[in-house]
Amino acid sequence: MIETRGLTKVFKDKKRGEIRAVDGVSFTCAPGQIYGLLGANGAGKTTTLRMLATILEPSDGTATVCGHDVVEAPQKVRANVGFLSTATALYPRLTSQEMVEYFGRLNGIPEPELKKRVDEIFTRLDMNSFRDRRCDKLSTGMKQKTSIARTLIHDPQVMIFDEPTLGLDIMTARTILEFIRECRQRGKTVIFSTHVMSEVEKLCDVIGIIQSGKLLAEGSLAGLREKYQEQDLEEIFVKVVAPHYKPEEAA
Amino acid sequence: MSLQNIGTVYRKELTEALRDRRTLISTMLVPLLLFPLLSVGFGALAFTLLKKAEEEIPKVMVLGGADSPGVLAALGASKKMEVLPATPDWKDKIINKEIRAAIAIPGGFEASLAQQNPLTIEIYKYEGELKSSISAATVEKNLKDYRDKVVESRLDANHVPASVLTPFLIKQDNVAPPEKVGGAAFGGIIGYMVILLCLTGGMYPAMDLTAGEKERGTMETILSSPISRLDLVLGKFFLVLTASLVTAALSVLSMGVSFWGMQQLKALDISKNPDAAAMQLQIKLPAVLSVFLMALPLAVLFSAGLITISLFAKSYKEAQSYVSPLMILVILPAVAAMLPGVELTAKLALIPILNVSLLCKELVTGTYHWNFIVLIFLSTCVYAAAALFLAVKMFQREDVLFRS
Repeated sequence: MIETRGLTKVFKDKKRGEIRAVDGVSFTCAPGQIYGLLGANGAGKTTTLRMLATILEPSDGTATVCGHDVVEAPQKVRANVGFLSTATALYPRLTSQEMVEYFGRLNGIPEPELKKRVDEIFTRLDMNSFRDRRCDKLSTGMKQKTSIARTLIHDPQVMIFDEPTLGLDIMTARTILEFIRECRQRGKTVIFSTHVMSEVEKLCDVIGIIQSGKLLAEGSLAGLREKYQEQDLEEIFVKVVAPHYKPEEAA
Repeated sequence: MSLQNIGTVYRKELTEALRDRRTLISTMLVPLLLFPLLSVGFGALAFTLLKKAEEEIPKVMVLGGADSPGVLAALGASKKMEVLPATPDWKDKIINKEIRAAIAIPGGFEASLAQQNPLTIEIYKYEGELKSSISAATVEKNLKDYRDKVVESRLDANHVPASVLTPFLIKQDNVAPPEKVGGAAFGGIIGYMVILLCLTGGMYPAMDLTAGEKERGTMETILSSPISRLDLVLGKFFLVLTASLVTAALSVLSMGVSFWGMQQLKALDISKNPDAAAMQLQIKLPAVLSVFLMALPLAVLFSAGLITISLFAKSYKEAQSYVSPLMILVILPAVAAMLPGVELTAKLALIPILNVSLLCKELVTGTYHWNFIVLIFLSTCVYAAAALFLAVKMFQREDVLFRS
């Protein structure tokens, strides 16, 4: 379960002054559901997800993940979260197995259990052929699988995906999308950000459209279609965002 | 703070560091090769060049002296130089290194000599040019020998014994034990090298573990794990400290082996040249260990400082441009301690780096000023703690971790 109330993040920039990257965002993601955060570049998606993963601290408002406050108990939040983005790279000089084990240890999993879990995950994701290969020698697909294994090692209740398919080829992107679906099946709370409409249409139970740090529209795909009298999600997105879109914000 | 987490981060960083060629070169290879190369290689080269310069038979010109055949003959008789006929462009020839020196004999030199009216013979040379200076010295020695003969014949003519010129003898003797002699000569450089290598040893790992992590995109990955930022920065810090200390330890070790090697070489020479015995360097093990002990808080200071500075950088390259000026900042006080006459005082004992460098100079000679040792160790610990505190604070700043 994720709950945010008036979540806000203000950055101070020497040239541009105060930037409200996220401005009073409130939403709820329930277990067994995929929440899609849809927005253009620079809309505030990454900042929102980073606050949920406690990588950044909110300037205002609150957010709780599995009942833990992101400001009060960030370590407990992170212990319940699997965070995956195209920015979360692997350590090039560790092997695939060492990488996953490292994160298992950081999550406090005792050694015998860790070994069992690593074996299980590597078998499930069909990673045994490259478990002893260094991460800098892995193909993109193998890297993605290693990243997935890394987020799964502590069996988190909440999965946060920040544009997980950005820059990936279709086959690798499909692996990720299948994995996201699987997370839902296992009853996890899933939130993921993207600017790819087709991914949202295929996957999301709830869609939130974000622009200039503000959550402008929220609902199921059917609900949004009805409200905005459009079938195509892209048309709905443009209708919602256009009045608020400032090209100079795009990062 | 969790020791287990710090240990986990440390072990992982160690694994990565041992697989990184850049880190291995700067931490292990450089200190192991630097001293043998510096002492044996560079020493042998300098020795050969100097010997060659001394062995060269220099060409010199004699200006004037047509009316003074005696002095001309004395100069011409020397096998240590070759006298060429004078040409008007003798100055240019000295500057262009075609001849090494010129000797100007004033007109009527021998006539004045006979009348006991002293005139000046001038030797022209290229100041600062080694071979010219050596030639000028050879010429001067030759002329002094000639002068001594003149004095001798004058005394002889007046029936005065030669011993009248040396009513008593003067002799210099060394009372300091060999390790103090060696320490005074080399103590400064040993402290300097250990300090410098403490810094360079930690440099690459520090940049790799902070700016490198940002550049490779693993910073966000590690920050999304449950480990606290304090444990993370401490794990990284201990790895940088290890690299710094390993470099310092290897440098001391290779220094010991190099000097031992040099002594073996000199021992062969001593039979031929007894003066070489005085140049023997003897540094005792306790002195080496104390130098290392004093370098410990300094290594903490450097490691924490390096992490703080390179964490601010977005990329490895940017980190390098921040860390390079730091080198100068460290080298300056370390070199200042090597200047002759700079001695430890209570005030200097509080200046970081300079204090340790000065103390090392003393320690290597086997002198232990306990009050200074305590003062310097404690003050360096305070600076180190402040630097470590700063590194931890830096790691908690979002604008530093996600600088764009």
